[in-house]
Amino acid sequence: MNIIEVRQLHKTYKNLTAVEDVTFEVGEREIFGFLGPNGAGKSTTIKMLATLVRPTSGTAIIDGHDIVSQPNRVRQAIGLVFQETTLDERLTAAENLSFHGMLYNVEKRTLARRMAEVLEMVELSDRKDARVKTYSGGMKRRLEIARGLIHYPRVLFLDEPTVGLDPQTRNRIWTYIRELRDREKLTIFMTTHYMDEAEHCDRIAIIDHGRIVALDTPANLKKMVGGDLITLRTPFRKEVKRFVEEKFNLAVQEPGDYLLMEVAGGESFIPVLAGELGGRIHSISLHRPTLDDVFLKLTGRDIREESANGRGALRSHMRWRR
Amino acid sequence: MTRLLKAVYTIWLRDVIRFYREKTRIVGMLGQPLLYLLIMGTGLSSSFRMSWGPGEVSYLEFMYPGIIGMSVLFTSVFSAISIVWDREFGFLREVLVAPVPRWTMAIGKALGGSTIAMLQASILILVAPFIGVKLGPVMILQLLGMLFLIAFSLTSLGITVASKMETMEGFQMIMNFLVMPLFFLSGAMFPLRNVPPWMETLMRADPLTYGVDALRHIMYAASPARDFLVQFPLGTDLMVVTAMSLFFITAGTLAFNRTE
Repeated sequence: MNIIEVRQLHKTYKNLTAVEDVTFEVGEREIFGFLGPNGAGKSTTIKMLATLVRPTSGTAIIDGHDIVSQPNRVRQAIGLVFQETTLDERLTAAENLSFHGMLYNVEKRTLARRMAEVLEMVELSDRKDARVKTYSGGMKRRLEIARGLIHYPRVLFLDEPTVGLDPQTRNRIWTYIRELRDREKLTIFMTTHYMDEAEHCDRIAIIDHGRIVALDTPANLKKMVGGDLITLRTPFRKEVKRFVEEKFNLAVQEPGDYLLMEVAGGESFIPVLAGELGGRIHSISLHRPTLDDVFLKLTGRDIREESANGRGALRSHMRWRR
Repeated sequence: MTRLLKAVYTIWLRDVIRFYREKTRIVGMLGQPLLYLLIMGTGLSSSFRMSWGPGEVSYLEFMYPGIIGMSVLFTSVFSAISIVWDREFGFLREVLVAPVPRWTMAIGKALGGSTIAMLQASILILVAPFIGVKLGPVMILQLLGMLFLIAFSLTSLGITVASKMETMEGFQMIMNFLVMPLFFLSGAMFPLRNVPPWMETLMRADPLTYGVDALRHIMYAASPARDFLVQFPLGTDLMVVTAMSLFFITAGTLAFNRTE
């Protein structure tokens, strides 16, 4: 069963089309990612699904409720964590959670149990009576995720959940997210513009200029780009090139003072190569295709630059060399 | 139904908790009216004589209900303005995405502001004996009821204004062109007598005029000077303040509904 069904969702602001006829489904217990540069329409889509913004046309069904005609039911069924904090920093963590529970009509005894449970999960139990303004950025984000779960939502929306956080905190948040999916049968819908983060998703929709340009698992998306790239440094370039081409039937390029070849399953090819060539090589390095490469291939732009210019192709070459 | 009441209660509770957490705000909010009363009241009453009435009413007695009205006005409007803060710091969004109708937010907020305004006014009522005003328990209850009504209408007015404001930059404007005129024209500091007709028209259009007038009615019910202190019948005062409450809470709710 699909817990989210989006049908031709469309949003136009005065003279700008933010989201253009977006259609997709998200299955139950899926971690679904929306990947794209800033301004691609990710936030607008999430706001429409969360009933904060009315679509110009089209609709979506979340947990059986229509976002346009049954907004309050949708709101009860989802949890939201925004990019910017929406905590009341002058209240304590526990107060923030209990107010949320009251607004979402969680019964008193259930609420007490649930608060303890979510605080435990995000490891904030011992700080629950401290005011939120004394929290670090990572703690606030964790508290916010905990708050979004208080009313037992079916779908948790995370808008750029780890933006501005240090790598350690990001990893921790990902641990919680997977734990939630497994333990609470929760579906996660998230937006991100970090490629490495999108790798954690079961499926990714790549969005650009308000349209979905690709939708698949991270592994399948990466297959679109091709195999792994192996860079080999050796003083005997000519000999080695001929040897590899004959022995493994591979096309070997010599773009500079190194050799470059594309293979499937690069990590198991390296030991074979090293065994054959022995001491004749200085170094071997492996570059696996990333979602960056997928985005680049689909849009002709580098997602990290967030602005299109004619040097995209050159940059991609520079990155191959790295 | 319980669900809606719970939402109203939540919004109210948050305002009240935040109020007692902030000791400086409490001190400031109590200090201001006491300063007005002490400095302006004493200063003005030594140079002005009430030019009307039997001469047995001091200026301080005249001004005292007005200062209570002033503190209710300031506190109510400021409480409502906190919506703009909530917008800037994000918390407003948490409230706006909750699965409850928006009017519960407007009412919860109006009740929260009224409660805080009443708490503050109650402390001012405690200084009555020092002004020379005798208040019985029934009178105090009547006063509290009236203060609540005034506070509710003014907080609702504040909500209507605040829901239109995107940033705190408009705050000074609201102080200068809304709050201060409401205060000066309310008859809190000087009576609605012997003023030019244009000013009298403005004073009659100020809703707070009727609130302050009602407070004088209640406080000086037993005083022979009552008829010199009040300007309208108590019934008129009550009707105007009630109508104002209903009008502004409706306007506030509608404005809140349109907030994105």
